[in-house]
Parts: sequence; structure tokens; C-alpha cells
Amino acid sequence: MKVGIVGYGSYIPKYRIKVEEIARVWGKDPEPIKRGLMVYEKSVPGPDEDTATISVEAGKNALKRGGIDPRDIGALYIGSESHPYAVKPTSTIVAEALELTPDLTCADLEFACKAGTAGIQICMGLVGSGMIKYGMAIGADTAQGAPGDALEYTAAAGGACYIIGSKRKEIIGEINDTYSFTTDTPDFWRREGRPYPKHGGRFTGEPAYFRHVINAAKGIMERIGTTPEDYDYCVFHQPNGKFYIRVAKYLGFKEEQYRDGLLTPYLGNTYSGAVPLGLSNILDRGKEGDRILAVSYGSGAGSDAFDITLTERIEEVKDRAPKTMDLLRRKEYIDYSVYLKYRRCIRV
Amino acid sequence: MVVRSWRHIKERYCLIGTRCKTCGRIFFPSRNICPYCRRRGELEDYKLSGRGKVYSYSVVHVPPKELEMIAPYVIAIVELEEGPRITTQIDCKPEEVYIGMPVEVVFRRIKEDGEEGIIHYGYKFKPVENQ
Ligand SMILES: [Zn+2]
Repeated sequence: MKVGIVGYGSYIPKYRIKVEEIARVWGKDPEPIKRGLMVYEKSVPGPDEDTATISVEAGKNALKRGGIDPRDIGALYIGSESHPYAVKPTSTIVAEALELTPDLTCADLEFACKAGTAGIQICMGLVGSGMIKYGMAIGADTAQGAPGDALEYTAAAGGACYIIGSKRKEIIGEINDTYSFTTDTPDFWRREGRPYPKHGGRFTGEPAYFRHVINAAKGIMERIGTTPEDYDYCVFHQPNGKFYIRVAKYLGFKEEQYRDGLLTPYLGNTYSGAVPLGLSNILDRGKEGDRILAVSYGSGAGSDAFDITLTERIEEVKDRAPKTMDLLRRKEYIDYSVYLKYRRCIRV
Repeated sequence: MVVRSWRHIKERYCLIGTRCKTCGRIFFPSRNICPYCRRRGELEDYKLSGRGKVYSYSVVHVPPKELEMIAPYVIAIVELEEGPRITTQIDCKPEEVYIGMPVEVVFRRIKEDGEEGIIHYGYKFKPVENQ
């Protein structure tokens, strides 16, 4: 059975902090940081926002675009590494707020930054086998870097939601295939009870991000028999702008193909939200017949690749909810002390 | 505390009130009896659109302990399109709010029972953005 995207929606909190502002506090020169990461500012969640609230807003937008009765959704998976509770699902909160309950199955997923795309794959399986009519997968995070750590310049907040279905006339993006590449690679981790993640420094590059993204991209293209020229757009995981552009160029993609999927320079790394958000920006701009290659990456490590073709229905649904670029442009800058307060680093 | 807030999840998460089938009036928070029709009234769940206008507001500069993080903040009475008026926080700067401001519902954290307790979620409102 053919399965595909029948609805999508995104959400980005309105607060931003500039790399200059973080660098100022730590006595660093911002220019080499901006050049090195290709990140200029990042989103910050409000003090009343978290992965659950971001997921609900993204989910509402996906339901608006899909025009689907929420009670027809048979599964909800939320991929994140910043679930609000250590024990108690985020997905039940979101399912209740989106009025999907009680006839559905829910679970929270974790796989560093690729848990959102893992949710899409699970929904594809459930919908494709006929077990459920529609499945909803959300990738969302409110990522935190330890104050003073390199991650602090990029760890951001946001998320996007995809509804997977199989009715031909409802599909806006047919998922032609998916392929994953997974190994045990300890490039980034956080132990139970510790507030901030640790990373393997230089180890996060070659054997981790690049190896998995490249192999997943090559793997899916080999399987379907495509080359980079067959795609109108591509999007990759984007912990920073530099890794993204390097991997896109290495694989043989051109700027006009990879440009619209890259949001990190003005958004930061939204972890599980990164590829879902980049893909949503492509869908906002896409037209019938456009072909997209999307490859996520999660530390630990694995990559999920998707080959998607847009249908004529994309034109009909794209304006039904706020576009990702509009959410990115709507912003309010905060300074470092307000940032610390909002991120709950100051206790009252 | 946990049970009391759990019982109100439908209201707080989804803005579900009640509508009297007899007179058509809509209530939020929901009621068990229509005060106009009394025993002739018949109430059913009614989903509110989440759109409305600021009817009145106040800026809170001296908040209760658990809301210190977000002060100063705007508390308003919002008149929903369907008629009911509800008290809620508006997510905007104090200088942005005005009477008649079009607002729409958002899902947010409302408060938490300390570091170990439950996180309470529910509705707040934000200014309607020009599309
Ligand atoms: Zn009545």
C-alpha cells in the first residue's frame, strides 16, 4: 500500500538569542564562532513552553492542513530528548490536547535527534499494514547546552508534526521509500539524572554525523536507483550550518537543492525537530511533482532517509496553517540573563 | 490537587464547555444545569473555537511565588466568539495589550507543583497574527 504525508505543521517559539550575546557573557569573540558553526541566532522556548506545548501547536497546524478528524488518528509518537517528565509520557498530554483520545496508541520515542523521523517510519508501518487509518509523528525539542559549553550557541527549540495516511486523494507527499543506517557510536550522551548532555568533541564529526548521513543517503538512492540530480530538494540533520552544507556538497547536491531545508543559521539546532522543520519549509515552498530527499541523524547513532514526491494537493493545503518561515521571522530578542531565567538556570 | 486538575483536562486542554440544547446558550467553564432553563435544559459538550477579543485586562507586576518567572504578565478577561468570557493570561508584552485586541488560544504550561509534582497544562491566549 502507498503511504504518504497527509498533513504537516510546525511550531517555533518566538524568543531568540544571538550568538554575540552568548559569546559576550563568556568573553569569546563571536566572529569565529559564527563562521565556524554558521549559526547566528537560536530560538529559545518561553518559560511556559516545553516539548508538550510545542508538539500541541505543531499538531494543531498539521490537523488544519490535513483536514482530518482527530479521532481517526490511531497512533501518536513523539520523538524528543527533552520530554517534560522523566517518567510519564508526553504523548498522552498531546493526544488529549489534540482530542485524539481515547481510541489510539501512544508512545514517546527517544533516539537523540532522529526520534521524530523514527516516529514517521513507525506510522508508515502501521498505516501501510492497515492496522490504523492515520498515524501522527512529531519531532520536537527544547534542547539545552550547559552554560559555557559549545552546545549553548546552538541548542534550540521547535518542532514539526506529520500525519501519515494512505488514501490516494489525501496524500500531499508520497513516501516512495525509507532506509535507515544504524551503528553503536557513542558521540553524544546524557546519563540518567544529569542535566546536560556530554559529547565526544571532534568524534561527533566523521565517524558519527558524516558516516551515518552519507550512508543513509547513498543507501536509499542506491535502492531506488536515483542520483542527486533526480531531486528538487534535499534536507539533512543540521546541528550547525557547516556540517549540513558539507554533507550536502559531498553527496553532490547544489545550493538550490539544499538551501530551503537549512534553517539552523537563524533557528539553531532543534534536535528532533530539525529535519521535520527543514522538511516543512520545503513543503511550504514545494509544488506538484517535486522530489525530496530527507535524511535525519541521531547520535548514538543512526540516520533515517526518506524519498518523497509531492502531489497536486500540496497547493491546496499549504496556506491552511502558518508557514515555517513566518514562524521563524516572528521573533523577539532576549539577553543572556533573561535567557538563563527562561531556561530555569536561575532558581527562585 | 492531581485529581482536581485531571478532572478539568477537557476544559483546560481543549476549551470544551457546554451548550444548552433547549436555549442554545454556551457555558464555559461547563455547567451541569442551565441556569436559564433549569429542569427543561439539556446540556451537551461544546468545543469553543478559541478565538475572541480582550474584554478587559490588568498587568500583574507583583505575582504569586510560582509565577515570578514570567512577571510582569498580562491577565485578561477574553470574550470568546461564542459569548462566554474567561479569565486567562495573554502571551504578549504589557505595552501591546488593548481592549478589543483579537486573540486566539494557545496550549501552555500553567504551573507546576514544585520540582517533584505534576506539571499543569492548559490554555492561554496570544494576539492573532496577521497572516
Ligand atoms: Zn438553557
